[in-house]
Amino acid sequence: MADTALPVADRGYVERARRQGRVRAGLGRVAVYLLAIVAALVAAAPFIWGTITAFKHDADLYNAQNNPFVFNLEPTGQHVTFLFDETQFLTFAANTLWIGLLVVAITLAVGLPAAYSLARLNMPWAGPLGIAIFFVYLIPPTLLFISLTRVVAILGLQDSAWSLVVIYPTITIPVSVWLLMGFLKAIPRDIEEQAMVDGYSRLQAFVRVVIPLALPGIVAVVVFAFTLTAHEFIYALAFISPSASKTISIGVPTELIRGDVFFWQSLQAAAILVAVPIAFVFNLLLERFITGFTMGAVKG
Amino acid sequence: MATGDEAVRPLGATAARPRATFADREGLLAPLFLLPAIVYIIALVAVPFLLALGFAFSDVTAGDPSFDWVGLANFEAIFDDPVFWRSLRNTLVFTVIAMVLIVVLAKALAMILIADFRFKRLIRFFVLLPWTTPIALAAVAWLWMLDSIYSPINWVLRSLGLLEDNLYWLGKDNLAMASVIAVHVWRIVPLAAVIIMAGLISIPDDINDAAEIDGAGFWRRLWEITIPLNLPVIAVATLFGAILTFTDMTVVYILTRGGPENATQVLPSYAFFKGIGGGDLAQGAAIALFLFPLLLAATIAVLRSVRKMETF
Repeated sequence: MADTALPVADRGYVERARRQGRVRAGLGRVAVYLLAIVAALVAAAPFIWGTITAFKHDADLYNAQNNPFVFNLEPTGQHVTFLFDETQFLTFAANTLWIGLLVVAITLAVGLPAAYSLARLNMPWAGPLGIAIFFVYLIPPTLLFISLTRVVAILGLQDSAWSLVVIYPTITIPVSVWLLMGFLKAIPRDIEEQAMVDGYSRLQAFVRVVIPLALPGIVAVVVFAFTLTAHEFIYALAFISPSASKTISIGVPTELIRGDVFFWQSLQAAAILVAVPIAFVFNLLLERFITGFTMGAVKG
Repeated sequence: MATGDEAVRPLGATAARPRATFADREGLLAPLFLLPAIVYIIALVAVPFLLALGFAFSDVTAGDPSFDWVGLANFEAIFDDPVFWRSLRNTLVFTVIAMVLIVVLAKALAMILIADFRFKRLIRFFVLLPWTTPIALAAVAWLWMLDSIYSPINWVLRSLGLLEDNLYWLGKDNLAMASVIAVHVWRIVPLAAVIIMAGLISIPDDINDAAEIDGAGFWRRLWEITIPLNLPVIAVATLFGAILTFTDMTVVYILTRGGPENATQVLPSYAFFKGIGGGDLAQGAAIALFLFPLLLAATIAVLRSVRKMETF
């Protein structure tokens, strides 16, 4: 198709077209860089402003005439130390961590076999079931949190961080099953079949051959599920009121904002300290997430 | 059930394994593997959903947890409540505007991210920050960004001479609504862009190359090749974004608490303030239930575009 459309005889035309193309490509490159920088600035704006804020003295910060983007007084670390010494930030961080890790463990224990079953065990209805499980992810916490407060009360877990350990897998399992299905489908069937020919049972093949091969995918799922729990806000806000049991997501906005007193510098420091590491790990694994999500839709 | 697999396996293999225990019976193993996930979802998603339905027709409050059937009384009370209508309207306005902005911006962002340039990883890191940061903390960062006195946006506008008095970003009806929408769009666009990017990568390069050789310029290729081929993915990304937008209450809760005068109140936040804040679980549940038709419509739309995606 391309060959017939290209005017072959006219050399001058081809030269001109090529030069034009190069100029246009050059302009295009400048435009791409400009747009990329604008996008990055818009995306990072509150964090850039937050980073500057975190190191400012009160006298510098609370003066509307000062240029907000420069340090009019020497930078200070006192608000960051305040965050660690005088607030429960570390408690919130610890809570987020152990709740997240337990939720990830439950998610894998429940999700891995389910994903394997849907991806490999030739179940009737495997396709629709997989999609159905995925759609559970789209049922928002806002629809369920009111009745779940009752469920949590029945379980005797009000105001306990354990309520989140029990409830969060409902958010993480559907996505994780979908992602894991994608990664499991990417493993060639021959490898398991060879293992079974060699005398492994199906179960052994799954545990000893498939899981190790799926490990990169499992790592991605661990990160994704952990991030989801760290992001969650509504359930934590509805179920938990003692500050010692709060997670970062609710602890920072509810405990560091006391009535009308805002510890702005410490608040911003908290936001940056959480945002940057998560973004960093996420970026490392981004390609893997994309593969997992798109592979989940491929028929195994 | 497992005929496909059985057929592939050489006959000798079965003989080599002396005992075919339950660990080999796929017909048993498959449902057994799936069972925990299904039980978990039924117990903590399906049951609470039905419970929420029940609450909406009862008089359950935080103080008096006994369940008495009251029929449609909650819905009658809600329909007489102007704040409910305001929240419903806000939710719809909010979702439609956010969706349009998300599609356009995410598509543009995806095309930027897919281009080849230096410092790509660094740019990607910044661009993904809004989505990877816990919503509550991102909202806290924005709360400070939009402060009525110390907002750096106001300072820039003042310095440029564009502004006499400060803009009360979160204090004026329309401005507050615009701010909440902007924060949502800011947060969802990176996610939508990543989804669209995955779709863009799957378009074979030669289609674009051929069109370029045939003399199709950038915009022509965009409208006649990239967008049509990408449409199902764009649809999925948009609807995903929409669902995440209209079911979320975190941004509203932290930025405005639904204020000023309920100008930014949406169904999820109103359900929260009624149900958890006010302790009227029954009415809260009834309000939250109005999200369901919206959600169902969006889900069906997603399903249809997924099906389209599979056929092409």
